Amino acid sequence: MVYIIALLSVIFLGLAALVVSRMAAVVKNVNGPVEEERVGYSNRINGALFLIFLVFGLVGVIWSFAHASNYFLPEASSPHGRRTDFLFWLSMGIITVAFFITNALLFVFSFRYQYRPGRKASYYPENHKLELIWTVIPAIVMALLVFTGWRAWRDIMSEAPADAQVVELVGKQFNWIARYPGVDNNKLGAYNYKLIDNNNDTGIDFSDPASFDDFTSTTELHIPVNKPVLLKIRARDVLHSVFIPHMRVKMDAVPGMPTRFWFVADKTTDQMRNELGNQDFGYEIACTEVCGRGHFSMRIRLIVEDEESWKKWCAEQKPLLTSYPEYASRIPANLKAKAAKYLPAEETATPSDSTTASTQQGGGVSVATTSLR
Amino acid sequence: MATVAQNTATLAHVEEHEHHEPQSFWRKYVFSEDHKTIAKQYLISGIFWSVIGISLSVMFRLQLGFPDMKLGFLRPILGSWIDETGKLDPDFYLALVTMHGTIMVFFVLTAGLSGTFSNFLIPLQVGARDMASGFLNMLSYWFFFLASVVMFVSLFFETGPAAGGWVVYPPLSALPQAHKGSEAGMTYWLVSMALFIVSQLLGGINYITTVINLRTRGMSFSKLPLTVWAFFLTAVLGLISFPVLLSAALLLIFDRSFGTSFYLSEIFIGGEALPNVGGSPILFQHLFWFLGHPEVYIVLLPALGMTSEIIATNARKPIFGYRAMIASMMGIAFLAFIVWAHHMFVTGMNPFLGSIFMFLTLIIAVPSAVKAFNYITTLWRGNIRFTPAMLFSIGLVSFFISGGLTGLILGNSALDIQLHDTYFVVAHFHLVMGAASAFGLLAGVYHWFPKMFGRMMNDKLGYIHFWFTFIGIYLVFFPMHYIGIAGFPRRYYAFTSYDFTKHIFSDMNSFITIAAVFTFAAQWIFVWNFVYSIFKGKKAPQNPWKSNTLEWTAPINPGHGNWPGEIPAVYRWPYDYSKPGAKDDFIPQNVPYSQTPESNLPHENELIGLEKEIEAQNLNDQFKQPH
Repeated sequence: MVYIIALLSVIFLGLAALVVSRMAAVVKNVNGPVEEERVGYSNRINGALFLIFLVFGLVGVIWSFAHASNYFLPEASSPHGRRTDFLFWLSMGIITVAFFITNALLFVFSFRYQYRPGRKASYYPENHKLELIWTVIPAIVMALLVFTGWRAWRDIMSEAPADAQVVELVGKQFNWIARYPGVDNNKLGAYNYKLIDNNNDTGIDFSDPASFDDFTSTTELHIPVNKPVLLKIRARDVLHSVFIPHMRVKMDAVPGMPTRFWFVADKTTDQMRNELGNQDFGYEIACTEVCGRGHFSMRIRLIVEDEESWKKWCAEQKPLLTSYPEYASRIPANLKAKAAKYLPAEETATPSDSTTASTQQGGGVSVATTSLR
Repeated sequence: MATVAQNTATLAHVEEHEHHEPQSFWRKYVFSEDHKTIAKQYLISGIFWSVIGISLSVMFRLQLGFPDMKLGFLRPILGSWIDETGKLDPDFYLALVTMHGTIMVFFVLTAGLSGTFSNFLIPLQVGARDMASGFLNMLSYWFFFLASVVMFVSLFFETGPAAGGWVVYPPLSALPQAHKGSEAGMTYWLVSMALFIVSQLLGGINYITTVINLRTRGMSFSKLPLTVWAFFLTAVLGLISFPVLLSAALLLIFDRSFGTSFYLSEIFIGGEALPNVGGSPILFQHLFWFLGHPEVYIVLLPALGMTSEIIATNARKPIFGYRAMIASMMGIAFLAFIVWAHHMFVTGMNPFLGSIFMFLTLIIAVPSAVKAFNYITTLWRGNIRFTPAMLFSIGLVSFFISGGLTGLILGNSALDIQLHDTYFVVAHFHLVMGAASAFGLLAGVYHWFPKMFGRMMNDKLGYIHFWFTFIGIYLVFFPMHYIGIAGFPRRYYAFTSYDFTKHIFSDMNSFITIAAVFTFAAQWIFVWNFVYSIFKGKKAPQNPWKSNTLEWTAPINPGHGNWPGEIPAVYRWPYDYSKPGAKDDFIPQNVPYSQTPESNLPHENELIGLEKEIEAQNLNDQFKQPH
């Protein structure tokens, strides 16, 4: 790369020197009438430079593409991603052809039709047939691209299948929190942003029985392979955006407006490691909506594994209620029995003891919640 | 006032105008109501801002290209934004990105480009004494000046200027506790933008009124140069869309300062839950992009208009498809209003709405393609003179094509999922709107400098400036496509946090930075040429480019009222270049058909009879109006 930079700069400096020296010669004859000087030698140099630019430009574009393509993302790990990738490269092919043809015409015409003494330009103000042709052809190509793109978009944005594994991803400054629906009911419990505190960082509302087995993680998001996964996305403070580059997934996280994106990951992390020959490979999730100082480092790892080991991993995780039994105080009396299995034994026996010790805002918050309902 | 009938009082007024009392220095050069002076004020402010705006980008390019570089040498300018280890502060990195975007889009390419050339060229090319209202025109500049001062002051706050990206999406921009840049810097940003919008509206009303009411005798809409068409449509775009940005900014001011919840809902930040519920951050995005997308065309259309004029003049050929050019500009101007949500495909907006906006967005490619083909065909079989202005215009067409094509990909919502907010987008819009419009601005300066200052710029320096800039810009932005395809997100302070960005493309990023520094350095050739030529440039001839439009019939240094005596009447379209049979290769618009029997087309001979009628009209000369 360094050599290329050096090479290019040498070429351009050379060209520049050429221009300058040629022009210096012309400048000597400044005394001539303005018009003669303008359409003189420098006109030919500029014309030739367009041609040179075209040739070097072509070489540069092709070479740099070949060089850069080593670092493009590997094949998508999701079926919808491979579909959009195909459409991307199809569109790219079409526009590359147009790019080469139009730029070549522009520069070749500039060179070919530069000023010649005695020649007169042709008076050619319009041609309706030509205009029609180059209105209709782009329109047809565009229609083709739009139609294929629209079908892909419709399928990607369709409702998630009913059996999709639901996972919640919550963005905050500056990390992601993954919340799982737990092992017992595959249902995310309700939440309320006013219930957020240091331990309950997604604001789980424990008056909803579905929330008892929910657990969270801030370092890893585990999902099963070959199974539709529905990401429920929200943000706690400012806008964020979930970006999973290898899955071709992106969706903003908006405070106050939950969003979602469903996809199927069809290559486990291990499969990708073997495929790429890189044992350190890992899927990652990034943030692509500017969110403040730490925007560039909101990383959470994504681990795709087969369903069996995924289930096993889930079973090993502790529900939030188990980790912080003091939240039991927020459980309505009629549901206490249901929550019992997630709480340590003595906790269920004497729930009132720990109430006072629970988080500072516990009481106030439950009032707030009820008033919100 | 244009409707007032002519009467004997007119004569008295003509005499009154013969002898004007000399104006004071302040009225002549500072608080001037003359459109030419205001244009120069806009131009010089624009150049000042562009130097600042591009310097900011060079600073953050240094961070991106050479993350390990010790930036201690910037401490005299940036102070504590460079920490003890010589690293740029991440908060300030975002401030740099934000201010670069704001300054370049609004202060350079809107005010500096449209403000300069709409002001300068509309009266001169339609044949008017001045703008419809010189006073509003002056106010427009001084509101812009005030906006500039406020924005400039905000650069020096301890907490820094606004830093949420030039789009200032709330809640980040609404909550001072979310980010340093959302404190005083953001307040000043909003105040500055409010003033800027007022300035744009005052300017826009004036441009529209002038084009509609003050065209000279015979200057029908079908004889207007494409420049004026472009300025006219730009002004209409601005007049409709800028008020929406003002409302977005006002609601944001309310949210920030008066506890409303237009954009805020269910927010937990800084250890506390805010009381705001029911607002929507998406609302802001809709309002912002309702301006933001037309804004792209507000900066691009004037550049395209001037390019049409410059290419036709220097190819010595009529612009190909004059009517198609107008139609496509109208098409673009109309479609510009109904494509804004393509910036929001993955914001959680209803996917059905996404489909609609994808269809509308890709339609806009058709008129754009027509324009590109028409430029190329205009070159075909021309007799091209490569003036610096011509070089920059050809460069513009190249950028317009190269950057525009990737719009087909980004406008496709399915493909936008992966590419949204990556460097692919950065590459796309910098080429198609940034570099293309900047080239339009430069082409315009080189072309109309003789009319503005009565002197010529140095051609040789212009050539060198062009080639360095043209090559430099491609070297900066072309590689960004590759980085974008590799998934690199934009507005990242560093690429060290992720495996997929960690060890790749660091040499490419260094290369881009070197190219950016090189391109920035090349701009000083222009600045020097510009300043030197104002004072020491060769004296300009009457019509240096042998152009057809009316401004070249005015004196070399046009005074108050632009033309001494009568304003010339217009008989033909502005593109009679290399007409078969004509003795010169150009026939200015004010030459009647009766004087050019050798080159008239059959239908033009029929128009000779109308010339008397055109000459008899005398509605629009402001010097002949009672006031």
